[in-house]
Amino acid sequence: MRARVYVTLKPSVFDPQGRVVADALSSLGYDDVQDVRQGKFFDLELSDTDPAAAKARVTEMADRLLANPVIESYRVEVLG
Amino acid sequence: MKFAVVVFPGSNSDMDAYYAASQVLGADAVLVWHKDTDLGGADSVILPGGFAHGDYLRTGAIARFSPIMSAVRAFADRGGPVLGICNGFQVLLESGMLPGAMVRNREIKFVSRHVAVRVEQTDTPFTAACSSGQVLRLPIAHGEGNYFAEPDVLQGLESNRQVIFRYVDTAGQPTSEGNPNGSINNIAGICNQQRNVVGLMPHPERACEPSLGSADGRAVLASVARALAMAGGPRG
Repeated sequence: MRARVYVTLKPSVFDPQGRVVADALSSLGYDDVQDVRQGKFFDLELSDTDPAAAKARVTEMADRLLANPVIESYRVEVLG
Repeated sequence: MKFAVVVFPGSNSDMDAYYAASQVLGADAVLVWHKDTDLGGADSVILPGGFAHGDYLRTGAIARFSPIMSAVRAFADRGGPVLGICNGFQVLLESGMLPGAMVRNREIKFVSRHVAVRVEQTDTPFTAACSSGQVLRLPIAHGEGNYFAEPDVLQGLESNRQVIFRYVDTAGQPTSEGNPNGSINNIAGICNQQRNVVGLMPHPERACEPSLGSADGRAVLASVARALAMAGGPRG
């Protein structure tokens, strides 16, 4: 079973990298870009077979290690 | 007076801290490998700058799992003075020993230069030999020194006088102009509520002799000896 964890800075935290990417897109003529937030994702290969149990476990992993809850939020997807 | 300087794989200011403690201050100093489990009877612990564990995942995120960190935490819980410098500060944040977190510098650049830092509080083991409002000239060298805390945490830090160092401009004021990385409230260093754990982004250990461009950092490290003497001698 595979799971994916998306980690991004919380909306309340300024994202300097996202700002630079937004500026670069604007330089390329993409004037419709209002804002960019940069993040990352983790793909996990799991031995679990129960999607609900896997999701609970991966959520715990995200909270304890993959994200820093002080500045980041995360979203867990179980991919089956 | 004995300092323990923790060495993580990727530390690069460990020898600077060791040199400052042993050669400049003339104190005993010992390097402690991150896989060790005791601090060798030290009276004070320094978590040095660098890129511990390659800064994989996030700066400081993996270092908190190093075996030595259990001993560092226990030492801090007993009131022992712990100083985190640069990456060492990031390790203290990731380990939850200090509140808040670091994000990328406002200008997305690694900033390496001397900055002006104002001492805000002198009742910590690492500012006891400084005077309140004293401006120190210290080097910074980091890409992620943009300190962040949620408004309620920030308010707590300010009302408990836990902001120990602030970046200031040439007039000694904490303006945006004097802020090299975008840190909230110009925060350069903080302490915990018990005031024995201090973290700062500037490098006092790299500014302990005039030949290095500044000797202002010496007061930060020399403070520990004074603080321990005031507290009734080394803790062992």
